[in-house]
Amino acid sequence: MTPSALSSPQPFLRVVGLRKTYPSPQGALEILKGVELTLEAGASVALMGESGSGKSTLLHLVGCLDRPDSGEIWLDGTLVSALPETEQATVRQRAIGVVFQQFNLIPSLDVRDNLAFQARISDRLEASWLDELTERLGLSSLLSRYPEQLSGGQQQRVAIGRALAVRPRLLLADEPTGNLDEATGDAVLNLALELVAETGCSFMMVTHSARLAAKLGRQALLSSGTIVEDGVWPGRRGER
Amino acid sequence: MKQAFWTLFALLAHWRRHRLNLAALLAGLSIATALWSGVQALNANARKSYADAAAAVNGADTRALVSRQGGLFPQSDYVRLRRAGWKVSPVLEGTIRLKDKTLRIIGIEPLTLPRGARLSGLGEKIGLEKFITSPGAGFAAPETLDTFGLRGAVASLGQAFPPVEVLSQAPPDALIMDVGLAQKLLDRHDQLSRLIVESEGEAPLSDVVGQTLRLVEPNQDSDLARLTDSFHLNLTAFALLSFLVGLFIVHASFGLAFEQRLTIIRTVRAVGVSARTLVAAMCMELFALTLLAGGGGLLLGYWMAQALLPNVAASLDSLYGAAVSTRLSLEPGWILSGMLMAFAGAISSAWSGLIRAFRLPILRTQPQAWREAHRHYLRRQGLLGATVFAAALAFWFFGGGYTAGFALIGGASLGVALILPVAMDSALRLGGRFANRPLTQWFWADSRQQLPGLSLALMSLLLALAANIGVGGMVEGFRLTFTQWLNERLIAEVYFEAKDDLAARRIEQWLGRRAEVEAILPTWRTKTEIGHWPAEVFGLRAHPTYREHFPLLSQSEEAWDRLTRGDAALISEQLARRLKLGLGDAIEIPAQDATLRAIVVGIYPDYGNPIGQLRVDADAFKRHWPLAPRTNYSIRVAPRKTEALIRDLQEEMGPSLARLANRAYVKELSLSIFERTFAVTGALNTLTLIVAAIALFFSLLTLNEMRLMQLAPVWALGVSSPRLAVVELVRTLIFAATTALWALPLGLFMSWCLVAIVNVEAFGWRLPFHVFPGQWAQAFVIALLVALAAALVPAIRLARKTPAELLRVFANEG
Ligand SMILES: Nc1ncnc2c1ncn2[C@@H]1O[C@H](COP(=O)(O)OP(=O)(O)OP(=O)(O)O)[C@@H](O)[C@H]1O
Ligand SMILES: [Mg+2]
Repeated sequence: MTPSALSSPQPFLRVVGLRKTYPSPQGALEILKGVELTLEAGASVALMGESGSGKSTLLHLVGCLDRPDSGEIWLDGTLVSALPETEQATVRQRAIGVVFQQFNLIPSLDVRDNLAFQARISDRLEASWLDELTERLGLSSLLSRYPEQLSGGQQQRVAIGRALAVRPRLLLADEPTGNLDEATGDAVLNLALELVAETGCSFMMVTHSARLAAKLGRQALLSSGTIVEDGVWPGRRGER
Repeated sequence: MKQAFWTLFALLAHWRRHRLNLAALLAGLSIATALWSGVQALNANARKSYADAAAAVNGADTRALVSRQGGLFPQSDYVRLRRAGWKVSPVLEGTIRLKDKTLRIIGIEPLTLPRGARLSGLGEKIGLEKFITSPGAGFAAPETLDTFGLRGAVASLGQAFPPVEVLSQAPPDALIMDVGLAQKLLDRHDQLSRLIVESEGEAPLSDVVGQTLRLVEPNQDSDLARLTDSFHLNLTAFALLSFLVGLFIVHASFGLAFEQRLTIIRTVRAVGVSARTLVAAMCMELFALTLLAGGGGLLLGYWMAQALLPNVAASLDSLYGAAVSTRLSLEPGWILSGMLMAFAGAISSAWSGLIRAFRLPILRTQPQAWREAHRHYLRRQGLLGATVFAAALAFWFFGGGYTAGFALIGGASLGVALILPVAMDSALRLGGRFANRPLTQWFWADSRQQLPGLSLALMSLLLALAANIGVGGMVEGFRLTFTQWLNERLIAEVYFEAKDDLAARRIEQWLGRRAEVEAILPTWRTKTEIGHWPAEVFGLRAHPTYREHFPLLSQSEEAWDRLTRGDAALISEQLARRLKLGLGDAIEIPAQDATLRAIVVGIYPDYGNPIGQLRVDADAFKRHWPLAPRTNYSIRVAPRKTEALIRDLQEEMGPSLARLANRAYVKELSLSIFERTFAVTGALNTLTLIVAAIALFFSLLTLNEMRLMQLAPVWALGVSSPRLAVVELVRTLIFAATTALWALPLGLFMSWCLVAIVNVEAFGWRLPFHVFPGQWAQAFVIALLVALAAALVPAIRLARKTPAELLRVFANEG
């Protein structure tokens, strides 16, 4: 490590040489082949790439939901990828909020309990903040409904509320608006970005939509197992 | 802690929306606990009764003197021992029949009863005068008074019968009185059955009484406990079977809940609940549910035991002549052991789920892998089934005996049950090969997919049906054999018992003058003990009636002629098995003064008799048991003149008769005893089937919710929901029918094991093996009905599903 690297501030999230293979009937399938990525505190990045390129896989690894075969994930100066399971769980509940493609909500709990769940287990329940989130996400009238009584967009909004209720340091979202129509998708994402900006958390989002990706600070392209492009898109650079 | 709490909250919330599954889970666990603890209560109650009966006069730690030859000994021995400084107390025990039940008479002497004996305080408590002074008094427990109708007037029972008073410590079905009174009542003048030893005298026993008595150490199991052991093991085995069937429900419900809660589990893990906390919460849930179900099960078990107790008491009475209190008394240990059993059951049903939850990757794995895993699982299960089956066979082959017989039944049942899903899977795959229309193809493939969810319920149905066929076949076979045997055995037209010896002689003479009487056959009887087993000796004459009709299993040449010579005996099958005697073996029968040595010349079946029996020549009987009452006879009469003879006999000899009955009555009596013998078995058998029906019912009902996932796409492709419902119904019927077919050979095998191994070891008789196709048909129909009942509700619900409900399946797939 060079002295200059030491003097520069550590990025909030640092992914180094990340590799992941899955077993398959045709033998081992290497999905991530040494991914490098950083994200500053409070910054946001959109992760793009073809279907099956490994975007969700990368997001899961960053979210401590799975372990890489090799490589490191540093979160706020901690090598989270090497932590034992119980400590990873603690990192998940305190520092990370996740919004997935599917299975975001606990089917046995109503919207109210779903919103509060993560905050409750991490002992960070702030009633006023939760009320505000509920209000702004437009969930006030849905509080006593159960997940299967909600539309796709409503479910995504509950998931976002649940994730932000703990005031996470990092919000991870996997195509949060994938199932929504354009207008609703835009509205949900705008709201999420607004809230992210207020809480000052870092934000990483997988999306197939260039238009939505453009709303984030940076865009990274995953292809053949590595990040092949990373930066501000030419189009947006021009906008600036 | 907070994490665990909220995780538990999320887990428990699941049940609110899956009440049926919760009900199945609780019902299964309650029923399993109830059946187990109920039978335990019955066993404990019976054992306590035996112990009470034994301890009432003996005390738990006192030694006793009994006749070296078994049976009674003269009172003079007692007097001699007292004079020699031995502190002993006399006891005379015997039984009388009252209201078709056995009343045990215990004669004691309160003054000399040692401290350790349970009834030792009797003298002070009730006043000695009452006990000894004329007319004396008898004492019995309240329930004994009720069952024998001893409250109030008892004058009808004869002069020797004393007024009876309540004594709550008295053992069940027993009447306690002064020993002198008992001698009079039992007609055993100057005879005793036991001396309780408080302390030994200076002079050694043999110097005082010679070789007539021997000392028995305390704390040996009572005869009854020994005799009834197999019966209680029998009950326990049944309870275990029902427990297992109940656990199948629990296992299935837990399995289903686990599948349904995968999303909950994954989501709470994803938002930061560690695997350890998750499993801790699941354990807490398990604990709470078990506490609830176990408590309910104990209540249910208590109620069940209460309901079955009369049956059990009846069976024990007719099988072993054992008196069991019909008032259920429970120890705190019973609650504890019932709860432990509930926990053992719950944990054994849930542990695989707990381990899976602990190891579960948060991210979804491919469905392909699941299918592969299930195939492996099936293969392993089949292998395990075959191994269990083989192990049971090996165990029986090398072990032998009663427990091995049960192990064989258990192992074979478990083995066949484990193989069932594997076999069904193969059958369904085969079915799929021959299907050519799309809907039938889907039908076979989909049935295979449904198999894992249903297999446990089908396995429990298999076990219950097999037990039904097996036990039913055994009982029915017994009934057949028993009635045939009774017909052969009860040949005489009239049976009577005289009041006493003098009366007997008078009646004999009277009968001798009647022309229609073809033969007067003595059936004198007395009790003895051979090789520490109680036995009955009969004195009879080798009349042609016996030669032609009396059923024998095996006999030496000229058996009846040799019997007449006086040095030969016929012995019952039970006795032969117990003493390991065969034709030509010598047997020493302890008689009144000396031993009667006889050669076994015949072995006869004596179904349903708890104690061994011997038959010797009437003259030899008279010689060896001069004091035994010779009051029982049977009479051969021309059938048409039977009724008239009975009427005349009653009219003229009435006061001399103790009992008089025609053949039909005796037969009816014997058959009713038979019915009582299998009262418990029948009741438990039915219970097991009910439990299995519940298992199947709940499994189908709960599965229905998950079925929507697989049915919705077919519905979307244009198969109407009523049609789907019919398909579901047919599918369930096919499953049930196949299971019933599997159950048949297993049931036959069980029946054979019961007849050829367990019964022989337990009761000492072997029945010919019969098969009853009518029963099989019945079991088959029951299986179909159970399945139909269980499938109908889900099918109707399915047929009524609105498109919106079916569509939601797609919405939820995300
Ligand atoms: N548990 C698994 N076992 C085996 N292969 C897997 C597993 N999970 C994912 N894969 C494979 O890894 C590759 C990457 O999957 P991933 O879900 O990361 O793609 P993605 O970029 O998110 O795609 P999409 O845009 O369609 O969501 C795919 O080819 C997928 O089939
Ligand atoms: Mg993806």
